[in-house]
Order: sequence, then C-alpha cells, then structure tokens
Amino acid sequence: MSTTYILRGVRPLGGDPVDVVLADGVISEITAAGEATVPDASHGVTAPGEATVPDGDVVVLDARASDGSGLVLLPGLVDLHTHLREPGREDAETVWSGTRAAAAGGFTAVHAMANTTPVADTAGVVEQVRRLGEEAGWADVHPVGAVTVGLAGERLAELGAMADSAARVRVFSDDGRCVHDPILMRRALEYVKAFDGVVAQHAQEPRLTEGAQMNEGVVSGEIGLTGWPAVAEEAIIARDVLLAEHVGSRLHVCHLSTARSVEIIRWAKSRGVNVTAEVTPHHLILTDELARDYDPVFKVNPPLRTAEDVEAVRQGLADGTIDIVATDHAPHPVEDKDCEWSAAAFGMTGLETALSVVQATMVDTGRLTWADVARVLSTAPARIGRIDDRQGRPLAAGEPANLVLVDPAAHRMIDGSAQVTASANTPFRGMELPGRVVATFLRGRATVLDGVPVDALEGAAR
Amino acid sequence: MKHLLSTADLSKDDAILLLDTAAQMAATQSREIKKLPTLRGRTVVNLFFEDSTRTRISFETAAKRLSADVINFSAKGSSVSKGESLKDTALTLHAMGADAVVVRHHASGAPHMLANAGWLDAAVLNAGDGMHQHPTQALLDAFTIRRHLVGERSGADPVGADLAGLRVAIVGDVLHSRVARSNVHLLHTLGAEVTLVAPPTLLPVGVESWPSRVSYHLDETLEQWQPDAVMMLRVQRERMSGGAGAFFPSPQEYSRTFGLNARRLALAPDHALVMHPGPMNRGLEISADAADHARSVIVEQVANGVAVRMAALYLLLAGGDDSERNTQ
Ligand SMILES: [Zn+2]
Repeated sequence: MSTTYILRGVRPLGGDPVDVVLADGVISEITAAGEATVPDASHGVTAPGEATVPDGDVVVLDARASDGSGLVLLPGLVDLHTHLREPGREDAETVWSGTRAAAAGGFTAVHAMANTTPVADTAGVVEQVRRLGEEAGWADVHPVGAVTVGLAGERLAELGAMADSAARVRVFSDDGRCVHDPILMRRALEYVKAFDGVVAQHAQEPRLTEGAQMNEGVVSGEIGLTGWPAVAEEAIIARDVLLAEHVGSRLHVCHLSTARSVEIIRWAKSRGVNVTAEVTPHHLILTDELARDYDPVFKVNPPLRTAEDVEAVRQGLADGTIDIVATDHAPHPVEDKDCEWSAAAFGMTGLETALSVVQATMVDTGRLTWADVARVLSTAPARIGRIDDRQGRPLAAGEPANLVLVDPAAHRMIDGSAQVTASANTPFRGMELPGRVVATFLRGRATVLDGVPVDALEGAAR
Repeated sequence: MKHLLSTADLSKDDAILLLDTAAQMAATQSREIKKLPTLRGRTVVNLFFEDSTRTRISFETAAKRLSADVINFSAKGSSVSKGESLKDTALTLHAMGADAVVVRHHASGAPHMLANAGWLDAAVLNAGDGMHQHPTQALLDAFTIRRHLVGERSGADPVGADLAGLRVAIVGDVLHSRVARSNVHLLHTLGAEVTLVAPPTLLPVGVESWPSRVSYHLDETLEQWQPDAVMMLRVQRERMSGGAGAFFPSPQEYSRTFGLNARRLALAPDHALVMHPGPMNRGLEISADAADHARSVIVEQVANGVAVRMAALYLLLAGGDDSERNTQ
C-alpha cells in the first residue's frame, strides 16, 4: 500500500492555504487548511530537517516556508529541453543522475534531447531511453527524436517509427544543430502533422556561425572571440515561422535568446502561426559581459546575449510571447570546462536552478504570478510535448499527484559541487538565489523531501 | 604588475615605466657586453602553442641578456587540441619552478587562464593570444614611435613622455588582429589618436565603442587626417579564401585599396613613420618601396622588441619598487 501524504497549509499556485491529501497516486482531497482528517495510522508530523523515508501508511507534512507562511504548491515541473547524455556520455550524466537532479529541481517530467551517442534517431534508442527513465523512477522521461538521421541534416529519420514506438515520441529536434536546409525543414514540419508532433528547432544559421564562440558584439570584439551574431538565430526563426504558416504545421523554437527573436515570434503569433517558443533560465539573467574573464562555465549555445536581450526575453515571457521556460540542462565533465574558452564545450547545468532563476527574474520582480510560473514551467510545456493528459494538470481532486512544494522565502548559495546532477558546470555558482524546492511528488510518491532526493534521506534503502 | 596580459590593464604610469625601462635596456644593448646579471637564477619558460620563431627568439634573447635560465617549451605539434593539456602543462611548469611563463596561444584568453586559474604562480607574459592581445608588440610600437616622434622632434630624451597629440593610422585586418587591439588601448592610454583603416568586412562588430576612429579609405585618411605613423597589419592569405566567406574579392583589389606604397605614403606628412609588426606580405599589404623607404622603421621595431621584452621581464620578475606594482 502506498503512502498517503497530507500536505498541511500549502498554498496552491501561491493562493490561500489549504490541506491537500495525496493517496493512490492522485490528489484525493483538498480541504480548508487544518481540516484534512488524519487517520490513526499516522506517522505524525514532520518538521523541516526531520523527514525520513516514509515506510507506508500516512505522513503529515506540515513544513512551513522560511517566513512562516505556507509552502507554494505547483504542478510538477515539465522540462521540454534536457540533455541527459545517456547513452554515450555517462561521464557527464546518466538518465538516473539527470532525472534525480530534475526531481531535486521540482520536475516530474523531462524531455530528453536526441544528441546522444548513438543519436536517438530510431525507435530502438528512444525506447531504451524511455526504459532507463522508468527504471530510475525519478521523473517521467519523454525522449525527443532526432529530425534527421544522425543529426546530420541530410535526410529524415524514421519519425513515424519513433512516434509509434513505446516511447510515443511527439517532439522532434536535432538540437545542438539546426535543421538549416529549408526543404528538409519543410518536410519535417509537414510529416509530423500525421501524429500531432512538433519540430523543436535549434535556430542557428550554420554559415553565419562558423567557429562562433560567444555573442557577436562589443564584448566579442574587445576580447577577440569569434562572434555568434543574433541574426543567425533570427533569420532561421523568421524562415521557420513562415514555413510553418505555409504548411500549417506546429513549430517550437528552442532557447530563443535575442530581442528580435521575440519580435519575430510576436509577429508570427499575431498572424496566427502555430508557433511556441522557449527561453532558458540563463538567458533570463546572464549577459555576455561574463565572458570577459574567459571562464568557460559561461560558454553556452546560443550564447549569452546583451542586457537589452535579457530585458526583451523577460518581457516576452511576461506577455506570453514566449510560452515556456526550458532548462537546456547541459552537463559536462570538469575536463571539458577546465580549459581555454575556445576548447571548452558549450552548455551549462540548469535543472536545479531553473525555478529559482524564474522566481528571481520574474516573480520577485512582479512580472509573473505563481500561477504563471505553473503555466510556463508545467502546463504549457506539457501541452507542447503532448503529455498534458498526465503532466501539467490542474491542482484538483482526482488529478495525478505530480506536484512540487516550494519555499519561496528561502535563499540558497549555489555550489556546483553540491548539485545533484553528475556535473558541476553551473554558471550560478557563488550566486545567492531565492526559492527552494522542499518536496517533489511523482504520482503521489515523494521523490524529494526536505529538499533532498529521498534516497539521500535517513533510512533510505538503495 | 604581476602579469602582462593585456594593454587594456596598463595604467598610463605603468606604460610609461615600461617604455622608460626599455630605454635603459636599449642603452645597455649598445655596450660591448650586453648581458646584465639582473635575473640570474630565475627561470623563464617560453611556452609556444603556435609557431612564431620571431617572437620566441625575441623573448629568448631578452631573457638571456638578463641572465635568466630559458626553457623553450614548444607545445605545437603535440596533442594539445584539448584544453586539459594547457592545465597539465601549467602544472608541469609549476612543478619545475618557473618564475615567468611567456605564452603564445591560438586561443584568446589562454594567458588569462594561466594567470588566474590557480594552476601556477609564475608571472605570465602574453606573447599573443588568438585575436585578443599581444601587449609587448604594442609596447615596442609605442617605444619606436616615442623615440622617433617625441625624442627626435623635441631633441630631448623622451624619458617620462607620453604620445599626446600624435596620430596613428592602423591599416588592415583589424578584425583578426591582436596587434590592433593591443595598440588601440595602449596608444589611447598614452594620449595618441588612432584611426583604424580597413574594409568593413575586416572590422569587428562593436568597433564603434573602441577609443578610435574608423575609416574605410586609406588615401583619404593619409591625405586629410595626416597621421604621424602608419601601422600596416599583416593580411593572412586565408582571409582571401573560403569562397563566399572570403573577406575581400581579391589580393589585387585589397592591395589597390589598402596596400601601402610610396605613392600613397607621399600623401602623409613627411615625418610619418612606416611600421609593420612582421612578417610582411610584400606586394599585398605593403609594397617594397614602402617597406624599404627611408621612413620605414620596420627593422628597428625588431630591435626595440628585445629592449621592451627585457623591460617587461625585469619589471615582472625583479619588480623594482613594490609601491609601483599594481595588482593585476
Ligand atoms: Zn540547442
């Protein structure tokens, strides 16, 4: 028999306190605060720092936020853009370690990008990743299928086979590379309509970005690194929204990073183009000025842009032009970052800091409510990934208990080596960020309690 | 000064101290016995990840004339495509007790990493990093300009002098040039005015924020702006290849528009110096009649390079007065 959780005085979407009861994998009951009935078999009340792994029956969680108010209850977060690295780069991350980090960050589902070795371009590979996710049990893993064979940009991968496989792939992407050939992109957009798929484009015109190391602008000119011009992103997005309109397909734009990209999406949406867009946490807060010390922890693709671009993507997220925040969690082993800039790998970890960065840049600044956060980090990405029958659900009785409890009043110092992910390349190390994930529930089972994965708690058996 | 990584980090006082010290070093080099005992027992490592016989020999000569032990460590050709080699190399040099590391690297920022990553505690001298900086080149250029245009013109010893009021045109591939970046900062710090002259394809995005003017026209700049020195940059052959990505249509067109020759030089003031960091592409960015012109100081630049590098090594390792050090 599974554990029943009674969450006392929590605030759904940051609203008024209620009690929420989780039983048999679903939200069984929501009552006024303090009114949920505690059965006799209860293990009593746990306070922060005292949680142990529950061994059945009933657990009452009466944790409070740091300021004494109720914890914020959100639907479990859904990441549309995660690099789990397995198969192939298990030195950077595995499905197990990456989904454990996801749980620690409040996620109950992740979309695993296809740029693994081998590439996830067949039903066999996506089913393998799916199975590894199920075995790990930390979060639902939805494999993303490659658009082209081997990400080579030459011919379509067997998209239908991946869609029909046990992994039920709906999101297709060559992420890391751009589907730059216009006829290939058109075919992909058209083809995935048959199974309600979406092409998630990594917008990067390859010829304009040969050897590119960082945003092209004042900083790249001064410090002598080859520039990655904003127009290389914008030109592809402009082309793709026009293609999507022409063929009536669904397009998703990954990690949009420039002010004019936001404008193009805004224009496309005003025309009714079926396009969605994402921004990463790091593009909401960091700028290319950070490259001046040549620390490769700030090397990422697309690159960190200017302060004007940061303001534009925040505005785009606030007004709904940008639909979602996705992490582009990109773990790398130390040796791929502990070197000169141009030799270093692109990418930064993000699963464990995403919610905090969104809180710092959007909630604490009054630009988004917690209900909006639930939209951009859970319901909208679940809908884009077509997993909204299971994830990103309303907080209501009878719904699957995929949930996260957040202490928005907490502050924490980010330390790369203390992350749950197998890699340490966080650009936020040494920064104090607001907000802390206190607990995560996957179909009613706690994956995180007291801010740590349940296997790290006292009494955990593994 | 703990390191010499970028001219952008140099204060005016530091820059003038380097030039004055170089003048003292140059004076010792006309003596019969050129060697000074200053750095006896100190170890200078020349760490070159990129071929540059000229720069390496210049640093080696400078270090030896100060009696330092010199180790040449050529990493070119070994398997150093991955950065961990830079770290491992640094740890090795640290274990060997290097006092100074002169580094040339194809990656912008590599000397910065060596100086700041905590891998070794030697003084780091940037001998050219990617498209970023080549500070001793800019110092030797400033030294050469000061000696000719401040010293000779005023008839006084230029010790302590800056370059206020002088005009320098820097011509050519600014986009890829660490020499240009180093010179723009140093010349600005020393009070000179700079005009960058190049086709728009060879200027970086954001150049308008640099402390310099920009012109697309060499003739106009020489005739109307009347520079006191014309510094030609090397144009690498690879900039013309790459088909659609080539930076200009042909060597002939480049040479016609941006090449320096005696006819063009006549547009500049009579005292204007002709400079080039070498090695030259004769017939491309500079013609023989300009390179070998009476106003050319190109050969002298090479000699001044040794004096400037002696000064840099001396100030970093023997340090002079602690109060004059700044922490980099
Ligand atoms: Zn990408």
